[in-house]
Amino acid sequence: MITLPANAPAGVITSEGLNVDLACFPTRAQYRDLVAAFRADGFEMCVDLCAVDYLSHADRPLPTGVVGERFEVVVNLLSLSRRVRVRIRVQVPESDCFVDTLFHEYPGTEAMEREAFDLFGVQFTDHPDLTRILMPEDWEGHPLRKDYGIGRVPVQFKEAPGPR
Amino acid sequence: MSDTTKNSIRSIDREPLLVAETSEGPQELGFRRDTESDQLGREMGAVLRLDGRTLDPSAIDFESRDDELMIINMGPSHPSTHGVLRLMLELDGEFVLRTKPVIGYLHTGMEKQGEELSYVQGGTNVTRMDYLSPINNELSYSMAVEKLLGIEVPERAVWIRMLMSELNRISSHLVWMATNGMDLGSTSMMIYGLRERELVLAFFEKTAGLRLNLNYVRPGGVAADLPDGWQDDVLVICDTIDARTYEYDQLLTGQVIFRQRMEGVAPITAEEALALGLTGPLLRSTGVPWDLRKEMPYLAYDQIDFDVIVGTYGDNFDRYAIRLNEIRESIKIVRQCIDMMPKGDYRTQDPKVTPPPRARIDESMEALIHHFKLFTEGFHVPAGEVYSAIESPRGELGCYIVADGGPRPYRIHVRAPSFVNLQAIPLLMRGGLVSDTITVISTVDPVMGEVDR
Repeated sequence: MITLPANAPAGVITSEGLNVDLACFPTRAQYRDLVAAFRADGFEMCVDLCAVDYLSHADRPLPTGVVGERFEVVVNLLSLSRRVRVRIRVQVPESDCFVDTLFHEYPGTEAMEREAFDLFGVQFTDHPDLTRILMPEDWEGHPLRKDYGIGRVPVQFKEAPGPR
Repeated sequence: MSDTTKNSIRSIDREPLLVAETSEGPQELGFRRDTESDQLGREMGAVLRLDGRTLDPSAIDFESRDDELMIINMGPSHPSTHGVLRLMLELDGEFVLRTKPVIGYLHTGMEKQGEELSYVQGGTNVTRMDYLSPINNELSYSMAVEKLLGIEVPERAVWIRMLMSELNRISSHLVWMATNGMDLGSTSMMIYGLRERELVLAFFEKTAGLRLNLNYVRPGGVAADLPDGWQDDVLVICDTIDARTYEYDQLLTGQVIFRQRMEGVAPITAEEALALGLTGPLLRSTGVPWDLRKEMPYLAYDQIDFDVIVGTYGDNFDRYAIRLNEIRESIKIVRQCIDMMPKGDYRTQDPKVTPPPRARIDESMEALIHHFKLFTEGFHVPAGEVYSAIESPRGELGCYIVADGGPRPYRIHVRAPSFVNLQAIPLLMRGGLVSDTITVISTVDPVMGEVDR
């Protein structure tokens, strides 16, 4: 059983997820400190970072004390020495769509955060190069948001001839 | 032409044609004079900012004038970028100073599409991501769905999955051997690699009916049982490829030109690899013995005897040697699968997940209803979120699924190893020669279908 590292910020809510992995629900203020504490605790690698848009699931089951927001940034950390994973889920409201970057703890999150920004519009403060990565740089909107209509938006291609 | 017309043409205020055509945007590598010093430092030092590894700004040669440096564009349509990878290289003569990979040319929104497909259909979607190892994609996806459903897969299905996934690893590494050979000018390796891969693909076709995008591993088991006489087919594959790997040794491993282009080129340390989140042969080449099959076993890998191949220097040659030897290890695993293959069902008998056999539909109303429900609406998956990871030929292939209780995933995210491994390219290329960029791209082994998804 994994527990929170000793120097983790106080008051981080955890839950035993559906499967073995420990899930932590830090607030945005605790988020980066918690990740840094895990990193010091032997979690050498950040394997995955992605965002989820819970537009129609504001009432999803969350541990008591966690207020569900529209966006959630999900981080999967891996400890090679202890062979365990831990999942960190941080809530990001739509009105203030900012969360700290993990670039300084794990430089490998650079591309993943760019992807989350590109597809969901979640901004990572302090990220060194927060530009679009998969979509063209002049694309409008963030296509993996749930309110981004599919099939209704005309395909935008740079310098494409207009409708004939 | 009179002077007046000349002047009037010149006086037309229009954008310079070249700029408009190359469409410089924020993703691109800019000139040094337009780049801030910390951004320059980041690009020079790739993305490494670890403690004690911060790039010293004085180490950057700010004195280099733009007119001595050249920014060239490589790709997206270049035979040795393995698809549609685009690299912007800043060159000082023959040396690469900065590199910026630009991706997204193959982005087709597969994660978005995955939200519209039912769990039954999802396999056809994920199998197209890493098109060189479709079985591994399906496996990662199916294991995530099964975790959510909480169902057990029959023993035989587990072993069939393992057999097919290892065969797929062989074929994927063979394509790598082939393309790597071609990048280095050894066209015979190109032909040999694809020739051997054909053996595996023929077996896939016999088993699953398709050669490339199989949709063979499905939630609940596999699509079909192994064909009659599969042991002989697989043994022939094993014997042939095993013998041929020693021919590759003769062709490449000891070859002087090959070694000179691979040995000591583009080394990476274990700390850098871990910080960048690299997995698979890239991480193992630095000496970290991390293989999910061994360290966090899934399927039945804990019952099988095989070795994790580890390198020492983290250079191109280590990455080559690891992949070549992983082919041999996979053959070892496949041989054990032949001996230890249990009998029984090849998919779970849960009628809510597995469609009924064709013959049952004619005689049983219930089977007909189940069949109809499965292929129209699909099965419902309990709400929850799950991350499952497996070792694909390129590294950790993870699948993160959020289910909301409906017949379609609410969010499906694939942690693609190539996407993360690509971040090593600026670091690996820094200070190297232009001709080495080809070998670096090749040994990082990105599959653009998976990078862009």
